[in-house]
Amino acid sequence: MRLLLADKPASCAAVFLIAMLLCALLGPILLEEVASKQNLRGRNAPPFLFDQSWTMWLGGDQLGRPLLARIIVAAANTIAIATGAVIASMTIGTLLGLAAGWSRGRAGQLIPRIADVIMSFPSLLLAVIVLYMLEPSVGNIILVLAITRIPVYLRTARAEVLEIRERMFVQAATVMGASTRRIVFRHILPVILPTLVTIATLDFAFVMLAESALSFLGIGIQPPEVTWGLMVAQGRPYLVTAWWLSFWPGLAIILTTLSLNLLSNWLRIALDPVQRWRLETGGKKNG
Amino acid sequence: MAEAQPLLEVRNLSVTFDTAQGPVRAVRDVSWSVGRGEVLAILGESGSGKSVSSSAVLDLIDCPPGRIESGQILFEGRDLLGMSRAERRTINGRRIAMIFQDPLSHLNPVYAVGWQIEETMVIHGTSRAEARAETLRLLARVGIPDPAEAAAKYPHQFSGGQRQRLMIAMALALKPDLLIADEPTTALDVTVQAQILALIEELQAETGMGLVIITHDLGVVAEMADRVVVMNRGEIVERGGAAEVYRNPQHPYTQRLIAAAPGQGAMRETRQDASPILSLRHVSKRYGAFTALHGISYDLHEGEVLAIVGESGSGKSTTARLLLRLEEASGGQALYRGQDLLAMSPRDLHALRREIQMVFQDPTQSLNPRMTVYQLISEAWAIHPGIVERARWRARVAELLAEVGLDDGYMSRYPHQISGGQRQRVAIARALALEPRIIVCDEAVSALDVQVQAQVIRLLDRLKASHGLSYIFIAHDLPVVRDFADRVLVMRGGRIVEQGDVRQIFEMPREEYTRNLLAASLDPDPEVQAQRRAARQAMETA
Repeated sequence: MRLLLADKPASCAAVFLIAMLLCALLGPILLEEVASKQNLRGRNAPPFLFDQSWTMWLGGDQLGRPLLARIIVAAANTIAIATGAVIASMTIGTLLGLAAGWSRGRAGQLIPRIADVIMSFPSLLLAVIVLYMLEPSVGNIILVLAITRIPVYLRTARAEVLEIRERMFVQAATVMGASTRRIVFRHILPVILPTLVTIATLDFAFVMLAESALSFLGIGIQPPEVTWGLMVAQGRPYLVTAWWLSFWPGLAIILTTLSLNLLSNWLRIALDPVQRWRLETGGKKNG
Repeated sequence: MAEAQPLLEVRNLSVTFDTAQGPVRAVRDVSWSVGRGEVLAILGESGSGKSVSSSAVLDLIDCPPGRIESGQILFEGRDLLGMSRAERRTINGRRIAMIFQDPLSHLNPVYAVGWQIEETMVIHGTSRAEARAETLRLLARVGIPDPAEAAAKYPHQFSGGQRQRLMIAMALALKPDLLIADEPTTALDVTVQAQILALIEELQAETGMGLVIITHDLGVVAEMADRVVVMNRGEIVERGGAAEVYRNPQHPYTQRLIAAAPGQGAMRETRQDASPILSLRHVSKRYGAFTALHGISYDLHEGEVLAIVGESGSGKSTTARLLLRLEEASGGQALYRGQDLLAMSPRDLHALRREIQMVFQDPTQSLNPRMTVYQLISEAWAIHPGIVERARWRARVAELLAEVGLDDGYMSRYPHQISGGQRQRVAIARALALEPRIIVCDEAVSALDVQVQAQVIRLLDRLKASHGLSYIFIAHDLPVVRDFADRVLVMRGGRIVEQGDVRQIFEMPREEYTRNLLAASLDPDPEVQAQRRAARQAMETA
């Protein structure tokens, strides 16, 4: 905690993310009603009309629904999909990558080919096929997005393992008689994890936008369900006349990704004993 | 000094580096000078700032974070620090040249070496054809066989010693007045080191250039230097003629440094009663068509230090790696208490890991940077349950740390927070945690400074007595072996050349190769070194 406070941008990011999480958890319960109520008189209402109810402060959408309330409600789906897809792809990709990097046998040859297969197959086509056969629900979208993002983690993890397994401390552990599991999870994983977490935070934004692309094609989340990506897509025809329709949900995506990035940057430093002093010396000479 | 103006003079130089933890004063008020035809050695341990002043001479200090606070660097009376970058470039390379420790990283891997040497001359205005002819002459001069063919090859096609020769050829291409050599032979084998030092000396005598040699090795000073400057923590603590300083050091630091130099103590007398604890029989290792070990056999006796010496590529580390099953042997047996180590099942091997432990060369790499000292040492007990119960881990780690001379305040530190010598102590404590019978030390003290090296050797010696350990001590540094070993095994090209008691090997070597190796090794005493050199030259001319 003390380490978090030492890094001002990271503390702001943490506060923002906690607020987002609260929105995601409480928003649908409290604001579901308000967010889906149409109000044709307030169609494309401009933002900053402070005489209206607070939900309209960011303006209204093409059906006069309050944008602020919709963003808060949409946080639930968006964060569920992005988090789910990122965590799933990171876990599976990392485990496969570790196995591929460590194994000298057939697994070491075969697993990277899986990544090649996934990467050579257009991800949108895969999504279309899967979602055409399955119900386009939150769970299935997570599944599709997770599969398409696995190769990134797999390849990174494998490359790093190949390098780190030759390091002296891994050999020292072998000499002590450490089991494979111990070497991989106690000695190798902690060293490669910061890289993977950094990739994951960047991937978060990618997944949010990919999800909106699916919605746009009509195979992702469908109205009246809503996500930030879908809101951006829906606001697109009105960009010239009512920029705020796409702007606010876009801003939400950017801020969330930025916060995650700042936080992961802080986490990387805080978890690395060699770098930790940067935070401990009070952040006056950061960097 | 009534002499004429020196070639290069550094006056009251102070350099500070701004780091995140505040400014670090790398050198303080340092002055030295070198004349034509003279050899000055700058002697110091790691972190003493011995390289900083010469980097300043060649404008190699990055500013920022570096800052030259005060001082002058006079080259033929002109202050280099007051010159423009362009002016300095005409002096760097042409008048002052430098050779580095690691030639591989200073040669561009994507160009042929001949082209690279030509290029230094072309940049300074020689025509291409002339440069080419000169390159071939230089390559021949530094002892590269078949210059015309060699010029078309790339750096990775040469051995370490040859690369250093190429660097020297490149440095000499423009006939500099001053050559600065920064640890030129540290990465090389002893016999190659002797050749390279001899070459530098010859070339210096031939061209009459000044030479500044930066080193941590008293032997190099004894072999090369006319005068020596001793540095410690950024300051010059002593200066004078090389022989005087060795004979009669004034400053306590220099006294300690000279006292710590290995190869001065009494040699061990071998006991005859010990029985073999480990026997290797015809152990071999092949990598494809290349044979690294040609069926070697030897015994390790209980309670002895068996040193394996040899140059790089001799297979000395391979034996260790095979014994610890870091690699699989291609053939042969290694019997430990009647069991064959090389053919053991993984389950038996796991139990046996306890008995044979290893200390690696570089503790910076052999300790996981993300674990504290406590975690590093106690991991042994997590892997082998039943040695120490969990409740006693902390107390036992403290005991082990005390045995290697560290207090329990180190338990929560990370490897990067302690010095190199302390790290190696932690690595030794970790090996001891499993209560082994045999410890394999693979160049365990080579990466350490002389004084720390002496401390670690004393520690290993004490632990041997108190724990009844036997050591396989792999080293390339003969003076250390002479002080520490009971028996010595000399290896070359995957074969054992000679083995015997330490006294026999050092005083009555039977094989030609062993004699060469001993002759090439450097003694810290300039007089002894002068005798050796004479003997070596006699051997060469004979």
